[in-house]
Amino acid sequence: MNTAVESVEGNLSQQYPDSRGHFGIYGGSFIAETLMDPVSELQEAYARYRLDNEFIAEFEWELKNFVGRPNPLYHARRMSEELGGAQIWLKREDLNHTGAHKINNTVGQALLARRMGKKRIIAETGAGQHGVATATVCARWGMECIVYMGEEDIVRQAPNVFRMKLLGAKVVPVTSGSRTLKDALNEAMRDWVGNVDDTFYIIGTAAGPHPYPAMVRDFNSVIGKEIKEQSLEHTGRLPDAVIACVGGGSNAIGAFHPFLDDKEVELIGVEAGGDGLETGRHAAPLSAGKPGVLHGNRTYLMEDEAGQIIETHSVSAGLDYPGVGPEHSWLKDIGRAKYVAATDAEALDATHKLCRIEGIIPALESAHALAYAMNIAPSLGTDKNIVVNLSGRGDKDINTLADIEGITL
Amino acid sequence: MSQSRIAASFAKDSNRKLLVPYITAGDPNLDTTLDLMHTLVKAGADVIELGIPFSDPMADGPVIQAACERALKNNVTLVQVIETVKRFRETNNETAVVLMGYMNPVEILGYKKFAGLASEAGVDGVLTVDLPPEEADELVAELDAVGLDSIFLLSPTTPDSRVKHVCEKASGYIYYVSLKGVTGAANLDTAEVASKVEHIKSFANIPVAVGFGIRDAESAAAISVTADAIVVGSVLVSLVADHGDNPDQLHQSMFDTVNAMRLAMDETGAA
Ligand SMILES: Cc1ncc(COP(=O)(O)O)c(C=O)c1O
Repeated sequence: MNTAVESVEGNLSQQYPDSRGHFGIYGGSFIAETLMDPVSELQEAYARYRLDNEFIAEFEWELKNFVGRPNPLYHARRMSEELGGAQIWLKREDLNHTGAHKINNTVGQALLARRMGKKRIIAETGAGQHGVATATVCARWGMECIVYMGEEDIVRQAPNVFRMKLLGAKVVPVTSGSRTLKDALNEAMRDWVGNVDDTFYIIGTAAGPHPYPAMVRDFNSVIGKEIKEQSLEHTGRLPDAVIACVGGGSNAIGAFHPFLDDKEVELIGVEAGGDGLETGRHAAPLSAGKPGVLHGNRTYLMEDEAGQIIETHSVSAGLDYPGVGPEHSWLKDIGRAKYVAATDAEALDATHKLCRIEGIIPALESAHALAYAMNIAPSLGTDKNIVVNLSGRGDKDINTLADIEGITL
Repeated sequence: MSQSRIAASFAKDSNRKLLVPYITAGDPNLDTTLDLMHTLVKAGADVIELGIPFSDPMADGPVIQAACERALKNNVTLVQVIETVKRFRETNNETAVVLMGYMNPVEILGYKKFAGLASEAGVDGVLTVDLPPEEADELVAELDAVGLDSIFLLSPTTPDSRVKHVCEKASGYIYYVSLKGVTGAANLDTAEVASKVEHIKSFANIPVAVGFGIRDAESAAAISVTADAIVVGSVLVSLVADHGDNPDQLHQSMFDTVNAMRLAMDETGAA
């Protein structure tokens, strides 16, 4: 493995990944032979439809009419005043149908599955947001839906489990390994290996074998495109920084990608710092991990000295993942994006502040991005504009929040 | 370098089909693994596939997943697995040993270091399940440099164009995964496997082994009619799960199961 950082020139947003899904040394297709054929079938289908005008038009129609886009770029004035520095703008992905950015991707992949003639859909989920978004599109188009979810997450995210069932999905508890998101992903991969002929695997984040990282990024890039247009509309210029939380990295890469070539815009990904990076109890592979191979791609991972994947810790189930999409690993190494961490405590504090000051209950995942923005805003001038991607709403987290305060709902 | 142990095993007797048992190293501990390797040889094994335990064995069914979890409870590492092969070589210099596992432990150790340690210890080949030939150039080069074989998988979903490409990249033997599924699944169609193996042989100039879904002497014998070698894993790993705390029973049941396959294959070969 060549670990030297290549010097990167030219157009970052158009040149990557290469034809086999590599972002520098990251990405690729590290999968068992049985999956090579369905994955290359998917690569071909995506390469074709991403340029197909009819496909693009249908995707955009669904985003507008089913998802409810565009959602606002909202100036959080009271929050900005309170912080006394930079202006905070919230990209309101929480207002999408199903309450998070995840639906952008599931609509795109479901349309692709339909064109490929696949009728059986499988997915993994952690917080349940991707599971709900997948169950939703399967109901929308009459497809069978099976969602793998770690036993531990099923307990933590009970309301979303019920939503999936209401929408007609079958939720399969995963009891192997740490019983969280990574194990759900393993189990979905195993299902796929056994059912390659009729099954489409809708991965919920910008990770996995090629073409998933690029495809999930592209379906979520509507976030960054809207931020760009809306910033120009509201402020007459591009934002000074775009900040997003990073679990697998789909909302962040969707927000960042349209800005990759606008070098004056700082891109900041915020990982789950859990109890604090120094404790080892976190979910921050970019901040404190090493490159390795997992779930079909080479990327930064949380792993021990012997290359075993280690358990992660975060108050937010959606960030509780030991890997990260390969494009983020590459953006980190070439220095185009910066990655930091916010702890559980900081995220919880940001959650309460946003509730009280702006009347918005954020998802615990999104609250990590907000927490970092709140840290840096006071030291910046009032003429600076910071966009925080509010990737989802916090209704799903009320049990967790109540638990922490010792309240039973 | 003279002929490799893998090539020598296949060359020994053109009538004898090779039997390749798989066990997960360190399940339930490395001393037991070492003893089991010798038992497997006594029962008729020609090549041993030794599994490197991994926290996220995505291509494996519940039986081998559980074996990985048992091994990792004792923090068994790749370096320790390689050391176990070295101990095996103290008394056995004929039976080929192939390490089988996932990429990440190899990535972390480093390709060059891994290849060096493995060849010094007397490992003969390496199969990394989540490393398709397309991503394998660097590792294959390091293995090649120290005379280790790079074994690759083919599956029922592999199109002909890829079969050819994989056969060119592979050395030692080709491992045909006889069903669409993870290890331990059981829906093997002997006739279909036979015709697929014949087809692969038209592309390959190295032997073809068949595995995944072989559960007993009967299926081993049936598949061995066309295949050059039979790989059997989950059935044996189940024995470790059942008798791991009782060495006598474990070795007896392991010997009986593998030996029954050996005898059935020899009988079919002689007929
Ligand atoms: C609201 C919300 N934000 C963020 C994430 C993290 O995923 P990603 O990093 O792919 O955006 C999740 C995952 O469940 C989520 O539900």
